[in-house]
Amino acid sequence: MNAKLASISENLIEFHDVAYHINDIPARTIVSEISLRIPPGETLVLLGRSGSGKTTLLKLINGMLLPPKGVVLVQNCATTEWDPIRLRRGIGYVIQEAGLFPHFTVAENVALVPTLENWDAPRTAARVQEMLHLVGLDPRDFAHRLPRELSGGQRQRVGVARALAADPPILLMDEPFGALDPVTRAELQREFSALVRRLGKTIVFVTHDLREALLLASRIVLLQAGRIVASATPQEFLRLDHAEVRAFTSSLSVSPGALA
Amino acid sequence: MSPWTFILDHHGEILSATLDHFTLVVIAMAIAILIGVPLGMFIVQRPTLRIIALGIASIFQTIPSLALFGFLIPIPFIGGIGKRTAIVALVLYALLPILRNTYVGLTGIDAAVLESAEAMGMTRSQILFRVRLPLALAVILAGIRTATIITIGVATIAAAIGAGGLGTFIFRGVALVSDALILAGAIPAALLALIADFLLGLLERRLRIS
Repeated sequence: MNAKLASISENLIEFHDVAYHINDIPARTIVSEISLRIPPGETLVLLGRSGSGKTTLLKLINGMLLPPKGVVLVQNCATTEWDPIRLRRGIGYVIQEAGLFPHFTVAENVALVPTLENWDAPRTAARVQEMLHLVGLDPRDFAHRLPRELSGGQRQRVGVARALAADPPILLMDEPFGALDPVTRAELQREFSALVRRLGKTIVFVTHDLREALLLASRIVLLQAGRIVASATPQEFLRLDHAEVRAFTSSLSVSPGALA
Repeated sequence: MSPWTFILDHHGEILSATLDHFTLVVIAMAIAILIGVPLGMFIVQRPTLRIIALGIASIFQTIPSLALFGFLIPIPFIGGIGKRTAIVALVLYALLPILRNTYVGLTGIDAAVLESAEAMGMTRSQILFRVRLPLALAVILAGIRTATIITIGVATIAAAIGAGGLGTFIFRGVALVSDALILAGAIPAALLALIADFLLGLLERRLRIS
């Protein structure tokens, strides 16, 4: 490995001047000049409008995309050097539609990574029970259901349980609560933020919802057109003087005139 | 003589022709599945090969069946008169629905499911065998069902090149202008097709998810 990259750092994930463009065409750039350091235990929220490059950054972390320019380090090793399968098994992943396997029961879905990692059956079964309890689903009631027999909120809970099953140090979440109704959404956000504080995972969370970002983040990174335009704690974020920050903060308040 | 009396009088011959017909279809379908499903899996990631394979399979489908049997007769090894030639032609006909449905089934899977499979660290072959194939099974089976119905019908024409089966009665009936003979071949062939359609449909519904 390149000696320069091998310099051991405290950070779990690092971006060094990363750019990504489609099909290696620099004109079709999605993200550029990304430098980011994510220490262990941080809940980093990537905030931005649709198409601002949030999901691309997530996929650069677990090697689903590889950077044509710059380096992404995970646990001090470049994603290009990692065996992609090993890298991903150590990173939980939750997406908007949960992406549960429709032909697997809830228990089989949660057991996915432990099964891939050849855990023995009793250990896997115990872990599935533990995970379902963790996300507030009673295993006796839910373990044998198929995903289609669950509500949207329950599916998302199973998605979180599946991502946490092999106890990965890193969790990537791409608008996991985006497709839920507002009430369920708020409920899951509250429970999840409590869960996060308890587990001490390093989380990179993508959303376009400032409210969600303020609730969950230890740091908010704002993306605009593929570049980082702001990086701040939730408290600092609201006071930042930047047009895109104001665009987001103004989305929080409903002016009385709008309801007239 | 009424068709019914004829059928009752010759039920032994009709039964043995039906069995011949059924055997022809089963052998042809087994070969078509053994070629079509793996080939469908193979072309998922290979766009150029996919266009070629689906194109060739479509061309066979457009050739009138009687002409295809005729074309095959002079070809060495696979051609000639008899069952072997008939099976080759039937396989060529059955290929397109199986190939196309395998491809469509494997590619028509929810993108979120495939994305999370990849992100959870499944290898390509794990994704194929544990996710894509089980989810595509109902669609693949629908292709097999269509192909079976086509094959049962086309196999009646195989009698023209000496492959036996229920077509023998139909061709004789046409030559002798005998409705009874034609029906003695047509009715069991139609029944075979209906039964196959029903049973495979049953299996397909059991495999369909969501």
